[in-house]
Amino acid sequence: MSLDATFTREIPLVEAKSSFKEIDEVIAKPTEQKPTIKWYLAIGASSSLLLTGAVCLGLTFWFGIGLWGNNQPVGWAFDIINFVFWIGIGHAGTLISAILFLFRQKWRTGIARFAEAMTIFAVMTAGLFPAIHTGRPWLDGYLFPYPNQHHLWINFTSPLVWDVFAVSTYFTVSFVFWYIGLIPDFATLRDRTTSGIKKAIYTVLSLGWRGSNRHWQHYERVYLILAGLSTPLVLSVHTIVSFDFAVSVIPGWHTTIFPPYFVAGAIFSGFGMVSTVLIIVRKVFDMEHIITVNTMERMNKILLATGTMVGYAYAMEFFIAWYSGNPIEQFTFINRAFGPYAWAYWIMISCNVLFPQLFWFKKIRRNIAITFVIVILVNVGMWFERFVIIVTSLHRDYLPSSWAMYYPTMYDIGILAGSFGLFFTLILLFAKTLPVVSMAEVKAVTEGAQPRHNHNHTEEKDKQPEFQTVVVKTKH
Amino acid sequence: MIGKILKKFDDKFLTPEPRSDKTFAVSALFDTPDQIIHAAEGVSGAGYKKFDVLTPYAVHGLDGAMKMRETKIGWVGLFAGMSGTSLAFLMMWWMVGVNYKNVFGGKPFFNIPPSIPIAFELTVLIASLTLVGALIAIFNKLPANANPLMDTEFMKHVTSDKFGVYIEASDPKYKYEEVRALFTSLGASNISDINYVQFDEGKTKNPLTDMRFMGTVAGIGVMTIIASYFVLNVLLFLPPFSWMHHQPKVLPQSTSEFFKDGRSMRNPVEGTVARGFMPYEFKGMPDSLITSAPNPLPVTKETLELGKRKFDTYCSPCHGYFGKGDSRLRGQFPPGLTLHSEKVRNWKDGNIYHVITNGQNSMPSYERQVSRDERWAIIHYIRVLQRSQNAPDSDVEGK
Repeated sequence: MSLDATFTREIPLVEAKSSFKEIDEVIAKPTEQKPTIKWYLAIGASSSLLLTGAVCLGLTFWFGIGLWGNNQPVGWAFDIINFVFWIGIGHAGTLISAILFLFRQKWRTGIARFAEAMTIFAVMTAGLFPAIHTGRPWLDGYLFPYPNQHHLWINFTSPLVWDVFAVSTYFTVSFVFWYIGLIPDFATLRDRTTSGIKKAIYTVLSLGWRGSNRHWQHYERVYLILAGLSTPLVLSVHTIVSFDFAVSVIPGWHTTIFPPYFVAGAIFSGFGMVSTVLIIVRKVFDMEHIITVNTMERMNKILLATGTMVGYAYAMEFFIAWYSGNPIEQFTFINRAFGPYAWAYWIMISCNVLFPQLFWFKKIRRNIAITFVIVILVNVGMWFERFVIIVTSLHRDYLPSSWAMYYPTMYDIGILAGSFGLFFTLILLFAKTLPVVSMAEVKAVTEGAQPRHNHNHTEEKDKQPEFQTVVVKTKH
Repeated sequence: MIGKILKKFDDKFLTPEPRSDKTFAVSALFDTPDQIIHAAEGVSGAGYKKFDVLTPYAVHGLDGAMKMRETKIGWVGLFAGMSGTSLAFLMMWWMVGVNYKNVFGGKPFFNIPPSIPIAFELTVLIASLTLVGALIAIFNKLPANANPLMDTEFMKHVTSDKFGVYIEASDPKYKYEEVRALFTSLGASNISDINYVQFDEGKTKNPLTDMRFMGTVAGIGVMTIIASYFVLNVLLFLPPFSWMHHQPKVLPQSTSEFFKDGRSMRNPVEGTVARGFMPYEFKGMPDSLITSAPNPLPVTKETLELGKRKFDTYCSPCHGYFGKGDSRLRGQFPPGLTLHSEKVRNWKDGNIYHVITNGQNSMPSYERQVSRDERWAIIHYIRVLQRSQNAPDSDVEGK
């Protein structure tokens, strides 16, 4: 009697075994057809938001940042909240494209390109805020060390300078990583297109890629090394962002838990945003068989894990405030939960810690509608986390006579709305003009895309190991 | 207009270029990854060197089938990363430890721990950019849009759904019939010849010397110069880029834009008196009309020292350090009178206060120079001077 036992049963990554040609057609469809009315409505909404933000920003340039609500003692407010929020969102993209690549999580292929694009757009949006926060953004070149008339160099011991290097490196490396992934797809589009101008553009962008295995060999190695470099990079970026706070001596900021706490929060918020956008995109562009429910379920598991980590960090902050015996630290945290901004604190706790716990249930994990609601709440909760950290720590200064409440002005809110407008406008343009899923990578993980092992006598020491279904036959 | 431009692009990029008779390579298409592995093994096994396998995605196991050596591009990354780390530390050490030393928080000028974040970021940045640059330009020799394979049916398949192999005509073992027979025996689904692109002889001159190209370069150069001049010398000095020259604060001899009357200081509300500025009630009256008040200050060491300091500053230039009327002004101003006269010695403290506040003869008012308390302290000190200069024998110790 023989028994077929399947030990590592892989759920198919691409449903309903598609041929390579069909994959090309589905993924290239948005780039080849005239946009739908849904797309026009979406970009109309997002560019209106963008315009609102642009007007508020223009007024801020002209009159100065006195138009904003921040003032002593709350010197950092919406500008830095939005910066940390958007840079956190970027982190999920690198996590999906680099860290899951290193862990050989092949389900990432359906969402990696999109997540990488989100990283780039989120970092662009994030980068806007420290730039305008300086007050005279046209002088931001002073942030970089360059030989100048003053014979002065920047202060390399300042976390704010580390931030400049971290964010600009992060953007550059993410962009390069994204472009490298796009080259084979540009070649596919170049050979598919029936429009002369598109062919010219794709020809330039594809650099004459022809899918040569002599190229694939170097390409795959570089992709692996870039993933290896991006992994510590993404961890370092939010660590350095957390140093902006942790290196200061403000109660509520000056804690050693900040780097891991910020990184977990960043991944959590980033996955929340990736899910939000993907749920819309897979619906709008009919890609439900490429970005599958299985993929969404895996994302929800990561949301559950990181949301719980963030909840642990919230609890640990309170524990340390009590355990340190520092009355000022204790006051800060009690004030956070029960002070004038308690409403913000409890929004944060419920959206970030309580609601994601629903993902323990498989039915909820696989229900796209409920998932959509929860990930929206995660986005809201993570924005409020930064609000709580920044505003509640500052509004009670060391001198009780300096205590004050922070109220955003319409310009603050307009610029926040504009940042969403910028992000979604870029996302929509990307979804219309570039392949939102990596064709080459998806083809490589479809069933039968790789040669069968028995056929392959050659060593493959420099290739990724295969994690296909392992069927063990035992004879009795 | 736009339609015309698009048409021009279509004509240029969609019409296939004419091909010459000269063969670049013979190509074959295969349908499955297993077949292409088999074909790659067959071609490399037959001893061909100048051949390549084209696939829409990276097919595992092809490197071995094609007898390729392992890629060395990893070493580029290692070298670039290590250079990045060293350059970053070197940069920071030179800038803040050598070139311009500046104390930040009482720390050493250059120290390692706070330099680590930037060194790490620059390591990643330089390693990534070098790797990608090396991958594209050196290892893969891209961009390569002039390759004869471009725009062929063969190419359209291998970037989409088929697996291709080709053997170049320049291979030493290349024989047209043998190559085609080999492909057929390996089970190719389609075999085709790829010829070189036919170049128009008239267009093969060096494009760098083309007048249109040189004109474009010159035009871009001129535009850059004009734009830079405009940005750096005009735009950056227009509002809001005013380098904070315009600030709504009040400077001396200027009017306030904030208050309607243009004055920066406000007058006190009518009928009110600021603390410490109670008006002097005998202002401008002759000595005979005043009613003298007693000195409100106690005689203490501090009071006398304050009085001496103020007397030496404001009174002694005319009255002399000991109040003898020995002016130091050498006739530039009428000398002060002696304070040791019978009249002054017999004056009540209030009379002296009146003279300091109101002025007398050529002596102006010192109301604005010395405060009320300081005036009373000066008076105590004048009494000290008077007693010291006119001491009776009874003051001498031992008598």
